[in-house]
Amino acid sequence: MEYLIGIQGPDFVLIAADNVAASSIIQMKHDYDKMFKLSEKILLLCVGEAGDTVQFAEYIQKNVQLYKMRNGYELSPAAAANFTRKNLADYLRSRTPYHVNLLLAGYDEADGPGLYYMDHLSALAKAPFAAHGYGAFLTLSILDRYYKPDLTREEAVDLLKKCLAELNKRFILNLPSFTVRLIDKDGIHDMEKLPVGPK
Amino acid sequence: MPEDSTHLSGGGIHGEAFSTRLPGRGGLSPLEFYMPIAEYLTESPINFGQTSLRSAPTNLLNIDHLHPSLPSISLPPPTPFPISPSVPLPFTLSHGTTTLGFAFQGGVIAAADTRSSCSGLVACPASPKVLPIHSHLVGTTSGTSADCALWKRILARELRLYQLRHRRRLSTGGAAKLLSHMLHPFKGTELCVAATLCGWDGDDEKDEEPITDKYGNISTNQVTSSGSNNQSTSTAAAASQPLISFTTQQVVESRSRICGPRVIYVCSDGLRLKGELFSVGSGSPYAYSILDSSVYWGMSVQEATAVAREAVFRATYRDAYSGNNVDLYHVTAKGWRRRERENLKEEYYREKERERKRVAERKAEKNKEKFNV
Repeated sequence: MEYLIGIQGPDFVLIAADNVAASSIIQMKHDYDKMFKLSEKILLLCVGEAGDTVQFAEYIQKNVQLYKMRNGYELSPAAAANFTRKNLADYLRSRTPYHVNLLLAGYDEADGPGLYYMDHLSALAKAPFAAHGYGAFLTLSILDRYYKPDLTREEAVDLLKKCLAELNKRFILNLPSFTVRLIDKDGIHDMEKLPVGPK
Repeated sequence: MPEDSTHLSGGGIHGEAFSTRLPGRGGLSPLEFYMPIAEYLTESPINFGQTSLRSAPTNLLNIDHLHPSLPSISLPPPTPFPISPSVPLPFTLSHGTTTLGFAFQGGVIAAADTRSSCSGLVACPASPKVLPIHSHLVGTTSGTSADCALWKRILARELRLYQLRHRRRLSTGGAAKLLSHMLHPFKGTELCVAATLCGWDGDDEKDEEPITDKYGNISTNQVTSSGSNNQSTSTAAAASQPLISFTTQQVVESRSRICGPRVIYVCSDGLRLKGELFSVGSGSPYAYSILDSSVYWGMSVQEATAVAREAVFRATYRDAYSGNNVDLYHVTAKGWRRRERENLKEEYYREKERERKRVAERKAEKNKEKFNV
């Protein structure tokens, strides 16, 4: 139902998420933002079970901010990703596991851009591109085919548009618009919402 | 076997910590009593219901444990939400209702039907589903009536405590977050509360007229206290100076905060959505289709009331679990106002009458055409 996608370039990460908040068959909101800002250069994209997403994402968000307050410097994306994974793993075998799928995207001064894929079984993988949701089945092969490690920002946006066009063509559910953001050394930039219009 | 007059049924209760009879099952004769399940008595209510994973839904159909004289029960068709393994219920719950809330330029409208159903039976045809929480906040309830009533009261208590401690009302968003976090420990249990909080966020300090309502708005207290402070002597005025400067600073701060109508949907499974239009319940798809085409920001209060009423009426027309009356509340900067509860039966008959008239008119026109041609 929900869809997340991330594409990492040589000095940026491009991420997009759909804007639908649904409850059984009804779209309750059309402009719902699934990205949570962990710090100036880290975004956490979170989809999954209704309450778990916001609860878990806000928990991670506040803990990352607390780290910054206590220690004076921010967590790197790699550290934040591992911290998130550790929390998921700790809760996995408890009575209340969090059923969430995540993408963490960030820019580190030392390591450069990073995109981390995490799922509800607390797997963690640093990947050049990643997607979550049923839409991932349709778009991963497009990313495989057209991705190259040194793609420019325009090429990345084109690749993203290709993926969203495919979703509009073949995915049975209607995902009318997507929030798109780009992270680079200057921070998080909001890009134009990509509407996938009816063909 | 004990020799007293009480007769324990279900076999072999002594020495065992659990009852083989489902608690609350009908058909108990006066001489029988049910043994409370001892583990439940020692468990904290927070953990109640989060028992070990077992396929609980099928237990209800397990007739082996039931007394043979009990009528066999049949489970109604599965409800749209997943039934999580937990405490076996005395009867199956269903969540039939139509509630809606939307914001527009004139405030917030909250409307709901009044039918409380219990798997095919109308348990109460006049239950209030829109409950006021405080002077500027009402909440629509959907789900289990008992849970909703309880949690609304708990929320009202917590908001009042906040108001007393911090000398200002908690915003609707804050109230929604509070309710969401209070319901989080019960996720995975059978607790079902789907509420739409409809309120007006404002700054209390700015209120010129004291609002008299049963919740005792804080603005009246502040107005009187600052008034009495002004009348005190200069020494006391110096002491009260920090209080006044604090309130003026608060006024500056709150003026910069956005105040206005708010509609926030909170669900016991954790979903919390801020928006402008929400409808909840089994009749919500029918209500959405009316609201989506007719609601816009600039509508007048009469229009908004009419649309809300129409939406609930259409939902009660189609949905079996919604019906009887419609309750309507209107929240503005001055507080909430309740419209007279209206029985939809009359509306239904009026609609039928209009339809009959339209059909008669069309027939008359057709006949006229025939004669003219």
